Amino acid sequence: MSAPLLALSEASVLRQGRAILKDLTLSVHAKEIVTVIGPNGAGKSTLIKLLAGLILPSVGAVQRVANLTIGYTPQRLSSDKSLPITVDRFLRLANACGRARRDQLQRLRISHLEQQQMHKLSGGELQRVLLARAILLKPQLLLLDEPLQGVDIAGQQELYRLIASLRDSLNCAVVMVSHDLHMVMAQTDTVICLNQHVCCHGKPENVSQHPEYLKLLGNQAGELALYTHRHDHQHDLHGDVVHHD
Amino acid sequence: MIELLIAPLLAGMALVLATGPLGCFIVWGRMAYFGDTLAHSALLGVVLGVLLQFNVALAILLLCALVALSLWWLQRSELLASDTLLGILSHSCLALGLVGISLIENSRVNVFGLLVGDLLTVGWGEVILIAVISLLVQAAIVFKWRSLLLLVVDPELAKVEGVPTAAMRLLLMLLIAVVIAIAMQIVGVLLITAMLIIPAAGARYLSTSPERMALWATVGGLFAVSSGIMSALLFDLPLGPAIVILAALFFLVCACVGEK
Repeated sequence: MSAPLLALSEASVLRQGRAILKDLTLSVHAKEIVTVIGPNGAGKSTLIKLLAGLILPSVGAVQRVANLTIGYTPQRLSSDKSLPITVDRFLRLANACGRARRDQLQRLRISHLEQQQMHKLSGGELQRVLLARAILLKPQLLLLDEPLQGVDIAGQQELYRLIASLRDSLNCAVVMVSHDLHMVMAQTDTVICLNQHVCCHGKPENVSQHPEYLKLLGNQAGELALYTHRHDHQHDLHGDVVHHD
Repeated sequence: MIELLIAPLLAGMALVLATGPLGCFIVWGRMAYFGDTLAHSALLGVVLGVLLQFNVALAILLLCALVALSLWWLQRSELLASDTLLGILSHSCLALGLVGISLIENSRVNVFGLLVGDLLTVGWGEVILIAVISLLVQAAIVFKWRSLLLLVVDPELAKVEGVPTAAMRLLLMLLIAVVIAIAMQIVGVLLITAMLIIPAAGARYLSTSPERMALWATVGGLFAVSSGIMSALLFDLPLGPAIVILAALFFLVCACVGEK
């Protein structure tokens, strides 16, 4: 396999003497889809920020290929309502032409939000706008911090398939944080189960059987398994029912 | 009487070219308290300038820059919140400034003028200085508009996309310091932050884009400064408070008219 886009070697992040991330060694290769799962407070967002170069490891090293372009979607924006800015103006900050902006909005099925003020977006809408903007930057690596947050269950499947398709259309690698392994299993190459340190990692079907994973997130997996849903139709991004003939 | 008006009016209007857009960034970046801190340090700058027989404008600028740099340096450790750090810097400077004023024997410093602004200190030399510096500040903002905007939208997003966020934050702080140094004569130390944030806050009600908000903030500032200077002269009011009251009026009208 060729050299990874990005690699951590024994990287730790300490805050006031406490380890938020401990001894992480992992690598992300071109066109690889990596999903990070773990309980609250496991350091998932910190890991994304570490990969994005927003924080430096206290110990260990981060290696990136030269001129790596990164598209990053935070969980939310720090700006408040005092900044009037429409979705379109926000996308224009990515230096993209009008046509490209409209194409991405259409791809994410949020064309109707083009002139909406950013602060009026719901959580799920914001995630799609952030994703559209990240795509406009034509990154080699997408770092997505809970991109499915606030998106309803049915919309999640569709958005997730779209993220997975970006690997081919953008030729980029994806690292994303998710709560639900089963949701992302189908398209993920590697799952990292995180709880300050890497509990286990590997192919999703292996991780889902791994004792460390079951110990950490097993209850959640069990509850989900009780309910089997027979889906006789599909949903679009807004959760509307789409029947196939 | 008209001759008395012209120089201050021109100076005030030139100043607004800088305070309009800069005020928006203060509102967006939640830096109002930071502006207060710089204003207080500017007072100390004046006092030091007089005591050490140093160019006063330069002393203000140097001290504001020093405070901005100290804050930037203190913020690198995250143990204390910004408002605490600002409170420390702000009130230390104010205390030092007030002690310094009491040390100046034959009161060559017009303390009241420093605190609330003084129309009569604005001559043609000041007009040119204020106009040139305001235009430079505005040019810096326009030139770095995209980076500054991305910084206030989300600093982390900006950083990942290659915006030098630490440098941009420092630029904003220094621009605020410069504007406070030149605005002090007109508005006075106590109300300088109001001059920056009130027109910008009013403009928020009328705006759907950042550019429009900067434009409306400039319009509001022009109204406040010009009508403030005229009413100060006509009714013999302290200049700074007159300007700020009219800015507040602009805000009130905006808050009633626009609801977006």
